[in-house]
Amino acid sequence: MAVAAIELKNITKRFGTKVVANKNVCLTAYKGEILSLLGENGSGKTTLMNMISGIYYPDEGQIFINGEEVVIRSPKDAFKYKIGMIHQHFKLIDVFSAAENIVLGLEEEGKYDIKTVTARVKAITEQYGFDLDPNKKIYEMSVSEKQTVEIIKVLYRGADILILDEPTAVLTPQETQKLFAVLRRMREDGKAIIIITHKLHEVLSLSDKVAVLRKGEYVGTVNTAETNESELTEMMVGKKIDLNINRSEPKDSVDRLEIKNLNCVSEEGIKTLDNVSFTVRSGEILGIAGIAGSGQRELLESIAGLQPIESGEIIYHNPKTGKTDELRGKSPIQIRELGVRLSFVPEDRLGMGLVGNMDIIDNMMLRSYRKGKSMFLERKKPKDLAERIIKDLEVVTPSAQTPVRKLSGGNVQKVLVGREIAAAPTVLMAAYPVRGLDINSSYAIYNLLNEQKENGVAVVFVGEDLDVLIELCDRILVISSGKVSGIVEGRGADKGEIGLMMTKVDGGAESGC
Amino acid sequence: MAVNEKHIKEPLFHITKRTDIPKLTAWGIRLIAVLAALIVSALVIVTITSYNPIEVYIKMFEGSFGSERKFFILLQNTAMLLCVSLAVTPAFKMKFWNLGAEGQVLVGGLSSAACMFYAKDSLPSWLLIIIMLVTSILSGVIWGVLPAVFKAIWRTNESLFTLMMNYVAMQLVSFFIMVWVPNGSSVMGVLNQRSECGWLPTIFGQKYALNIIIVAVLTVVMFVYLHFSKQGYEISVVGESENTARYVGINVKKVIIRTMVISGAICGLTGFLLVSGTNHTVSKELAGGMGFTAIMVSWLAKFEPSMMIFTSMFIVFLQKGAGEIATAFRLNESVSDILTGIIIFFIIGSEFFINYKINMRSKHKEAE
Amino acid sequence: MISTIFAFINAAIIQSIPLLFGATGEIITEKSGNLNLGIPGIMYMGGISGIIGGYIYEHSTASPNAALCIIIPLLSSIVGSLLLALIYSFLTVTLRVNQNVTGLALTTFGIGIGNFFGGSLLSFFGETGSISLIKTGQCFKASLPFANKLGLFGKTFLSFGFLTYLAIIIALVTSYFLNRTRAGLSLRSVGENPATADAAGINVTKYKYLSTLIGGAIAGLGGLYFVMDYTGGAWTNNGFGDRGWLAIAIVIFAIWRPTTAIFSSFLFGGLYILCIYIPGLSSSAKELINMLPYVVTILVLVIISMRKKRENQPPASLGLSYFREER
Repeated sequence: MAVAAIELKNITKRFGTKVVANKNVCLTAYKGEILSLLGENGSGKTTLMNMISGIYYPDEGQIFINGEEVVIRSPKDAFKYKIGMIHQHFKLIDVFSAAENIVLGLEEEGKYDIKTVTARVKAITEQYGFDLDPNKKIYEMSVSEKQTVEIIKVLYRGADILILDEPTAVLTPQETQKLFAVLRRMREDGKAIIIITHKLHEVLSLSDKVAVLRKGEYVGTVNTAETNESELTEMMVGKKIDLNINRSEPKDSVDRLEIKNLNCVSEEGIKTLDNVSFTVRSGEILGIAGIAGSGQRELLESIAGLQPIESGEIIYHNPKTGKTDELRGKSPIQIRELGVRLSFVPEDRLGMGLVGNMDIIDNMMLRSYRKGKSMFLERKKPKDLAERIIKDLEVVTPSAQTPVRKLSGGNVQKVLVGREIAAAPTVLMAAYPVRGLDINSSYAIYNLLNEQKENGVAVVFVGEDLDVLIELCDRILVISSGKVSGIVEGRGADKGEIGLMMTKVDGGAESGC
Repeated sequence: MAVNEKHIKEPLFHITKRTDIPKLTAWGIRLIAVLAALIVSALVIVTITSYNPIEVYIKMFEGSFGSERKFFILLQNTAMLLCVSLAVTPAFKMKFWNLGAEGQVLVGGLSSAACMFYAKDSLPSWLLIIIMLVTSILSGVIWGVLPAVFKAIWRTNESLFTLMMNYVAMQLVSFFIMVWVPNGSSVMGVLNQRSECGWLPTIFGQKYALNIIIVAVLTVVMFVYLHFSKQGYEISVVGESENTARYVGINVKKVIIRTMVISGAICGLTGFLLVSGTNHTVSKELAGGMGFTAIMVSWLAKFEPSMMIFTSMFIVFLQKGAGEIATAFRLNESVSDILTGIIIFFIIGSEFFINYKINMRSKHKEAE
Repeated sequence: MISTIFAFINAAIIQSIPLLFGATGEIITEKSGNLNLGIPGIMYMGGISGIIGGYIYEHSTASPNAALCIIIPLLSSIVGSLLLALIYSFLTVTLRVNQNVTGLALTTFGIGIGNFFGGSLLSFFGETGSISLIKTGQCFKASLPFANKLGLFGKTFLSFGFLTYLAIIIALVTSYFLNRTRAGLSLRSVGENPATADAAGINVTKYKYLSTLIGGAIAGLGGLYFVMDYTGGAWTNNGFGDRGWLAIAIVIFAIWRPTTAIFSSFLFGGLYILCIYIPGLSSSAKELINMLPYVVTILVLVIISMRKKRENQPPASLGLSYFREER
């Protein structure tokens, strides 16, 4: 048996006293092999890889490189053992050029000369067929260019063990294929490659072995050739769970929100929403499916009045007055003043939806504190609301005066959703509301959404788990790179079909290199 | 495979952020820090003077509590420092680093002095006082709001901007003194000495009583403002997360500007109190570094107005005490800055042990 | 007229040197993301430490050796500055205390030490009067022997003590270091984005410490220049004035570039003494001219933030402490 390029034994990592991100994880990767690390969001994949690359330090356990036990205390140690990680969030210095970023932190022999570096970078780009100007500054680059820089950085260092954290999340299918070709070439060079992903088709088409994590724990490793999608899914999510989400038929469904030809451009000048049109109806749940970063956030934020819009219309059909209102270009307050009861559960709970350092009561006030003419705060009603939410949604907390950052993820989400629902909305938008939650909390959230739907609220649900989307939603809107690739009925929807729509790209204009 | 007997180097400890610490423990840590600082200061005193440090500390105490007059001066100085600290606090809560309180106080004082200089005794004292108050507050506001506007619109670095504004203010004071005192002595005498026009009245037989009362009221107002008003709530939200503020529709730019108006206004008020109530003249040293000390006062009190009463008094006590030592033992008065420095280093350093926990690495050999 | 202009240039250069030392030191420090507002205090400390070293040496020997007259104050100045910079680094980097609070406390502390020892040093040795190290001052002021023979040009540009040239050399070397060396690249990355630097295997703590220490030592030389060369070995309490803050202003004015700092220091130094050379200027107008450096610095700060050119911004993590496991 060959010596493993890298072996992890019983790695445990805790954050604070309560959160166990990794528990007794074992993992082995060999040279000349591609290992997929599979797991749902929040299963501890990234934390584990961060310990190999020296960002975190494990609380317990051992790491072996080529059969010898090592201690990786810092990213520098990781480099020493020829470990290279390509992070999901790029670790690049914006004001530096590509070449400067590539050589950053490298201790090469001889005098530092950016021209030599540039020449070497050019050689690597030509060898692998990348398209990159080494002198371009990072802040002028597109996302895929930035990823190219990250990959070249690792290649430049001649890493033997490569870790890629969800590298395809930001790429078009063509770019993905190109990346896979590069990875296969590196495998032939005898490198050990670990790729983190939760996309099964990528796992099956690329890797030799698959290691699965579930809730921070190691489930097992299988040979790709001997497995299939359903077995992997089972390993990933545990034993096959029938989701059993109740779904009632929409009643008295009418048009509530009309989105017409919506276009958005990011601060960097990249088109995030491209001619998006759809209708949200009362008394139904509209699901939004898509690869992370396909414009979901921009879509919800532009409806909520938090994103500047290039062009298009957002029309609200007011059930009280029977009139229609244009929401485009209005601030959240102006939208509220129109009598539009729009609630929004954002993806970033503690960075946007709630204030971590404030207690539950003060977080309740975020939406309502303006009410009344008095210049002073009224804390009685928020306090009652906080206590009601704690009781009704079974929030586990020492008291209503506890800062929300001390609560667990599920309880934080209950507080947030509870507050948004308490405003008696006519439109409720929720972005990844069950991300990082355990099964019970997730069901609590599904039930809350269903309740709202039955009350005639128009619910928009952005999800990442296709099974949930198919079982929960009445209709599913699929977006891909900021464009609507189709809307399907939730009942009887085909997972494969949605999956294909998610990766659909028309033409080859943007990837014709 | 051979059993791995090799000694493996492990980090001795690593540091994690605390989420929770009992209040009592926190104050215990701070107390230890103060004690440690006093011991180090004692060592410094002994090394440079060879006096008995206990005697020196007793003298230090006398500096603030030795007589009724000294005690009132302590209160008056505390009140002024507290007033500036109250001014910078809302800005800090918003994570706006207003390092320009010194300048904002100075222009406030300068405006008051200008009113007194030009009006002389031509107006009734009460009217002059009102005019002084208004102009002082206005000029403090202008000095404070200028960096805020640029921060709000163009994200101009506010700590550097406000810092530079201090020296513009100082030169402005020097300029006006040169204009007003043509004889070249560059020292402004007491204004309206005879008429006492524009002087804050003496009440309860105490010259500084009014200053102290005004600041006491202001402390309560600031406490209520930060904790119970809608605007105070908005300040906290913006300070904690601009993203959340945006999400709930708070106009972040407006809050930044509005809060700096308040911050500048209170600084301007301090300038007025210093000129009208205390010094009756103006100089470059009017604020005497309070703008900077206030930053420490506010930070040590965790931006909590009620705690700032104690932190500001503590720092004034240190300065007065060290000053007393200096005279009693015929030392240079700068010794007070040295001792204050040492004690502040210890207290701010101790915050680390309140916010972070040091974990010793546990051995895991038995796992093999 | 010509001679007046040359005299002005000469005086401006003299004024600019402490500023340049301070600015270069602060640039190196800020490039690591540490906004060290303790620099004014460190400059006082550098000055008084040099004075103490020089005083002890000059009074321990009957015939002071010229080389030692330079080396001892130089070393003691560096040690003093390093000590304060170490306090700052320890508090802000290791203990992660707020940088503004630490820096301001350090300035109070440093100025306190300067004025305390400046005022009491003689009494420790049972003497009275004021400190005056004539011999040491002469050694620091010693210029190239042929400078005065080269006429006006020599007098204007070559008649300075060695610290003047050292200031310019350090600024040039710093510029080379920041832009042309591996370590310089690493240092800049720490100030821009410490998490990224950390991930790239750069020891963020080491860089923050070293740059703050080296920056502090360089800034301290500004204080040393002032007491040894400028005043010729004499100390007056608060004599150094607000030059430390002016140095911080230059850092902004020069948009964090050491070579630009050379010219900025010259400009600010010139403004400092301009009023003496403009005939008939009132003393009040003089104060307005002294205001100019701060006003233009604010203007520069505003303009770079409005133009939003990424290369001209302050180091992105300036003023923030770094904790790797922040979650």
